[in-house]
Amino acid sequence: MKNEDLQNIINGLAENLAFSEEGSEFLNVTIPKEALHNVCSQLKSNSDLDFDYAYCITGMDWGEELGVIYHLESTKLKHKIVVKVMTDDRENPTLDSVWDIWRTAEFHELEVYDFFGVKFNNHPGLRRLFLTPDWDGWPLRKDYVDEANMIVK
Amino acid sequence: MTDQKVKTKMKTEEYFVNMGPQHPAAHGVLRLLLTIDGEIIKNVEPDLGYIHRSIEKMCERDSYQQIVHLTDRMDYLSSHINNEAVCLTVEKGLEIEVSDRVKVIRTIIGELTRLASHQLWWGVMGMDLGALTTYFYAFRDRELINDIFEETCGARLTMNYFVPGGLMYDIHPNFVKRTKEFIAHFKTKLPEYDRLLTGNVIFEKRTKGVGMLTKEDAIAFGATGPVARGSGFASDIRKKDPYSAYDKVDFKEALFTEGDSYARYKVRIMEMWESMSIIDQLIDNIPEGNIKEPTKAVIKLPKGEFYQRVETARGELGVYINSTGTKNPYRVKFRSPGFSNLSVLNHISKGVKIADLVATMASFDFVIPDIDR
Repeated sequence: MKNEDLQNIINGLAENLAFSEEGSEFLNVTIPKEALHNVCSQLKSNSDLDFDYAYCITGMDWGEELGVIYHLESTKLKHKIVVKVMTDDRENPTLDSVWDIWRTAEFHELEVYDFFGVKFNNHPGLRRLFLTPDWDGWPLRKDYVDEANMIVK
Repeated sequence: MTDQKVKTKMKTEEYFVNMGPQHPAAHGVLRLLLTIDGEIIKNVEPDLGYIHRSIEKMCERDSYQQIVHLTDRMDYLSSHINNEAVCLTVEKGLEIEVSDRVKVIRTIIGELTRLASHQLWWGVMGMDLGALTTYFYAFRDRELINDIFEETCGARLTMNYFVPGGLMYDIHPNFVKRTKEFIAHFKTKLPEYDRLLTGNVIFEKRTKGVGMLTKEDAIAFGATGPVARGSGFASDIRKKDPYSAYDKVDFKEALFTEGDSYARYKVRIMEMWESMSIIDQLIDNIPEGNIKEPTKAVIKLPKGEFYQRVETARGELGVYINSTGTKNPYRVKFRSPGFSNLSVLNHISKGVKIADLVATMASFDFVIPDIDR
């Protein structure tokens, strides 16, 4: 399906969705964090969209906001989109988990939590995955400082 | 007393066992926290990070040429293909079209890498299930590929031969001759692999019906590579999103629908035949052309987001680069095949015996640095 048709269908799913194709080969959809779970479950269940395969889930620190980027693909209809969600709360960032929609998100959200400190509501077992449980801070955030282990150029 | 009565009288208790971090079947430092009841597995909780180096964070301070070096250290058995993934992403950002010569050489070397990786997996899979001979057979043949790589790029493991814009230097004059000799040799040896292991009764009983993964689960968990194709999920990026010269060659996607460890084994054996067929089609017709398109000494990607996926020996490797227009990327994410494949393990291991978990892990072909990054 072409990006314009995708945009038309997705635009009807919720309010305040922002679309962009600038600087990316995919159609980018930015979803308000309150609507994330609702829109994502429709992205999968709507038979015209059928995004059943989340092939890449990336944690992101935009400087002001923290968030997650989901690269989605439909294995049957062969189209792809990129979904973005962000929160400007850096003290206690919380987003909804989508692990019940795409099971792969369960692991990838652990990775995002470990490196960015984004908490996920309804996640079955949020914990440090790579780092030790007593690790201080969130290493992939832009304001993370570790004078002992980081080489700053 | 009958078995049934014994069962009802015996009280069992769940307990935890550490499998790893130094377990021979993990082929690296992976710790699995097993909850078991007798010999039956109730839960598998992977504990990662024993070889985590935060490659994604290191990428943020490095130049685009330097990032290529780091990817060797992820899935070290697919290092050429990892390098290619980063190079393709950077070339996408710079809008560089490499010459046909580079595309064909990258494809041939990528397939040799896949062959070497699958050979190692085959040897190790036999070893995990108690057949040590396979290890020596596989390494005998894998040496020949490593020798070809060594002659052309000077390295046997951490290659760093592909650079953004093309190749670091041209192939060695012996490359074509030795590759053809290797293919002729390996075509006589791969049937030997079948005779030794494929039809072996013990091997079949250890793998058939073990580690069942359905197609729906494979998609939902984001499993890729031979793991997904053993369950009928057509996930081959070489077919779905062809890159380099894969759109010019004729090959079959290895696809089986049984979903057990034996199916994953058959996928890899078939992929070895297909890799040889791809090399056969290309090796005599390497076109002339530039081996490197000119790039600036300091590469700056334009502002934007770039994504490229390739098919490594283990599955789909995705490279996401977010650039703000400076000489360093703002954010790099490696979607590694091993990480997503590992997430399936708990789901399909519940209720099976510990020995079956070893067989399943062998058929998943984990490379731990690829999971940890």
